[in-house]
Amino acid sequence: MARIIVVTSGKGGVGKTTTSAAIAMGLAKKGHKTAVIDFDVGLRNLDLILGCERRVVYDFVNVINGEATLNQALIKDKRCDKLFVLPASQTRDKDALTVEGVGKAFKELKKTFKYIVCDSPAGIERGAHLAMYFADDAFVVTNPEVSSVRDSDRMLGILSSKSQRAEKSETPIKEYLLLTRYNPARVKLGEMLSVEDVQDILSLHLLGVIPESQSVLNASNSGTPVILDEQSDAGQAYSDIVDRYLGEDKPHRFIDEAKKGLFGRLFRS
Amino acid sequence: MSLLNYFKKSKPNTAKLAKERLQILVSHERSARNQPSYLPELQKELMAVIKKYVKVNQEDISINYESDENQETLELNIVLPDNV
Repeated sequence: MARIIVVTSGKGGVGKTTTSAAIAMGLAKKGHKTAVIDFDVGLRNLDLILGCERRVVYDFVNVINGEATLNQALIKDKRCDKLFVLPASQTRDKDALTVEGVGKAFKELKKTFKYIVCDSPAGIERGAHLAMYFADDAFVVTNPEVSSVRDSDRMLGILSSKSQRAEKSETPIKEYLLLTRYNPARVKLGEMLSVEDVQDILSLHLLGVIPESQSVLNASNSGTPVILDEQSDAGQAYSDIVDRYLGEDKPHRFIDEAKKGLFGRLFRS
Repeated sequence: MSLLNYFKKSKPNTAKLAKERLQILVSHERSARNQPSYLPELQKELMAVIKKYVKVNQEDISINYESDENQETLELNIVLPDNV
């Protein structure tokens, strides 16, 4: 049975697209046929993070309007043949996406895909609403920072009241916390909310912590999902998250400051 | 600032402050979320009725909804002007 995952946050700039790209690639690399969909109509960016921006011919709105088939619009990733990307439209028409249209597309995607990852736009407008409406699981991406935590809580309220599962009184969406841009050194100094703090406030199941990392910018610069950078802390953190989501019991990492050896201290690597 | 001050001054724990502020805010917003959907409409209509008789401003009327396991309370507070 296919599962629909929404990557959401309410607040912008917390790492939704980075997370969507990494998680989708991670699931695909594990052998699951995965589609990742950009719901940010008018501000398409997932294609850029995945490095397929020059291969976009048709987009999600074309599919919904019947101007292209799903097979025509889905872009097969060049690094992993289990991963497919459905880019957002650059139209300025905010009402381009409809519940019926998105529902129909999902119904078809569910026939062939194991996981459908929905990259939600920021805010609580139509795009964000539709990204979460059909979801089975929600990855709530949060930064250890007041406005992000508040917006995440607001988003949790919306997930539990405005989704299809809520409207039909079915089992609620499974919600997971992904704490991104975490800086253990600042947490230790009392300058940043800790994992426990955020969990206390949001009471969410923690799927993983992604440390603030230079590798994320390097990855987006080159259009490579950061999960493919296996040497990097962020890449490893995302790999752990995919494993945990798939049911593996992996201890949490990157919550405490990495101990630096003599060389590390000398060269501040 | 002298060097001595630099050592004496302990940095405030801003993370703790952030957590306290968030806990208050989030619990407040969660209770607001569980309010019945007719509340804003009710407030508007009550306002119209009250205005017919007394001259009050929007901010002089507050409607509070609270619920626990045993009861639900709807509290209406009108601050009347001094020169009625």
